[in-house]
Amino acid sequence: MSRTGRRRIATWTGGLTVGLLVPAVLLGVWSAVAAKGWLPDQLLPAPAAVWQALLENAASGDLLSNTLISLQRVGEGFAFGAVAGLGFGALLGLSMTLRALLDPCFLLLAQVPPLAWIPLLILVLGIDEGMKVTVIAWASFVPVVLNMAQGIRDVPAPLRELGRVLTFDPWYTLTRIVLPAAVPSIFTGLREGLANAWQTMVAAELFASSEGLGYLIAYGRQLFQLDLVLAMVVVLGVVGLLVNGVLALAEQRLLRWQALAP
Amino acid sequence: MSRITIAQSGGRPAAWQRLPPALRSSVLGVVTPLALLGLWQAACAAHVAPPYILPSPAAVAERFQMELTGGTFWLDVSSSLSRMLEGFVLGSAGGLAFGLLLGLSRLGERLCGPVFLAYRQVALFAWVPLLSMWFGGGEAGKVAFVALSSFAPTVVNTWRATRAIPAPLRELAAVLTFGRLDYIRLIALPGALPGIVIGLRSALIYAWLATVGAELFLDIAPGIGGRLNEGRDKFEVDLMLVALAVLAVIGLAFSQRAACG
Repeated sequence: MSRTGRRRIATWTGGLTVGLLVPAVLLGVWSAVAAKGWLPDQLLPAPAAVWQALLENAASGDLLSNTLISLQRVGEGFAFGAVAGLGFGALLGLSMTLRALLDPCFLLLAQVPPLAWIPLLILVLGIDEGMKVTVIAWASFVPVVLNMAQGIRDVPAPLRELGRVLTFDPWYTLTRIVLPAAVPSIFTGLREGLANAWQTMVAAELFASSEGLGYLIAYGRQLFQLDLVLAMVVVLGVVGLLVNGVLALAEQRLLRWQALAP
Repeated sequence: MSRITIAQSGGRPAAWQRLPPALRSSVLGVVTPLALLGLWQAACAAHVAPPYILPSPAAVAERFQMELTGGTFWLDVSSSLSRMLEGFVLGSAGGLAFGLLLGLSRLGERLCGPVFLAYRQVALFAWVPLLSMWFGGGEAGKVAFVALSSFAPTVVNTWRATRAIPAPLRELAAVLTFGRLDYIRLIALPGALPGIVIGLRSALIYAWLATVGAELFLDIAPGIGGRLNEGRDKFEVDLMLVALAVLAVIGLAFSQRAACG
C-alpha cells in the first residue's frame, strides 16, 4: 500500500472519530438526563429504552412486516407516478401545442402540497391502499413531469440537427438522441420523485393507516410510548438512506457514458 | 374577445399560424380549464355522482362567496400565513447560523456535519408526533414543525455556498489580513448570497408544505389545513375544493415570486 493511500485512510478514520464525537456527546447527555430523571419518560425516554423498543419490534417481526408494507406503498406509488410522469413529461417536452394546452392546469395543480389532497381522497377513495398509493403516485408524478419536460426542451439544437442530417425518423431521434441527452434531468426528476414519495408515504400513514412505519409512529404517540416513536424515527432514517443509496447506484451505472465522453 | 373571433374566422389555420406564439399558447392555455369546467358541469347535470361527492361548479363558487363574505376565510388565510412566517423566520435563522458554522469552520463541519446528514435522512413528517409531544398540538407544536422544515434546506445551501467561495477570494482575505468577522461580513456572506437565497426560497416552499401538514395533523385551529379537515369530518366537498383552490393560488403566488427573484 502506498504512503498516500495509508495517509488517506488515516485522515478518513480521523474524520470518522471526530464525526462520532458529537453524536457520542449527545448520547451521553441524553443518557445522563434520562438517568437523573430530569425529564419524564413520556418526553424523553432513555436511549436504552429506545434500543429496547427497536429490539422488541425486530424480534416480534413487527418491524420487518411494517417496513415491507411501507416500502411496498412507496414502490407502487412511485412506479405508477414515475411511469405516468415520464410519459406525460415527454408529451409536454416534445409538443408545443400539448404544452400550451396542459401546462397551466398541471402547474396550478402541482402548487397544492400533495398531502393536502389526502382529506379529499379519503372521502372519494376511502382510507385503504388506493388512497395512499394515489397520493404517493401524485407526489412523485409532479417532479418527474417537470424535469422530463425540461430535460427534453434543453436538448442542444446541434444534437437535433445531427438527427436531421442523418435522416433519423422521429422515433429514432427520440430514443437515440433526445432521451439519452435528457438522462441527467430525468434522473433528477426520479430522485426528487422518490424523495417525495417517501415523504408522502410517511404523511399518509400518519394520517390514516393501520400498518406501516408511519402508523407505528402515530401508534406510539397515542400510547405516549416515545421510545417506540424514536425507534421508528431511526428506522425511517436508515431505510431512507438505503433507498437513496440504491437510486444513486442506479444513476451511476446509467450515467457511465457521460463520464466516458470527453 | 378578438381571440375568439380569430379562432372562428374562415381561414382558420393560416390566421392561427399568423398569431404570435405567446398569444397562441395563452389561448390554448385557456382552452383546457374551460373544457374541464364544461366536463365538470356536464357530469353534474348528468348526475354521474351524488352532489355531496361531486358538487357543481356553481355550488363551489357559491361556497367560496359565502366563505369570503360571511365566513372565516380571511382569518384562515392569515392564520396559516402567519404560522408559516413565524416558523420560517425561526427555522431559517437557525439554519443560516448552523450552515455558516458548517461552511466556515472545518472543525465545525467535521464535528457537526455527520450528525446533520444523519438527521436529514429522516422523513420530515416523522417528526410531527415527536414535536407534538414536546411542544403540544397547539400553536407551539405547529410553529416548531414549520421551523424544523425550513431548517434543513437553509443549512444545506448555506453550507454548500460558503464552501464554494472561490479560492482567490479567500487568498485575498488572507493577503488583506481580514479577521474572522471581516471575512464573514465582506467575503463569505456576499459571496455565498446567491446560494443562501436559493436555500431560503426552498425553505419557504418547505415551510408552506409543513404549515399545511401541521394543520392537517395537529389540533384544529383557524387555518386552511384545518378547513380541509373540517370538510372531511362534515363531508363538505365544496368546502374542501375551495380550500384546495386557495392552496393552489397561494402556492402559485410563492412560486411566481420565487421565479421573479
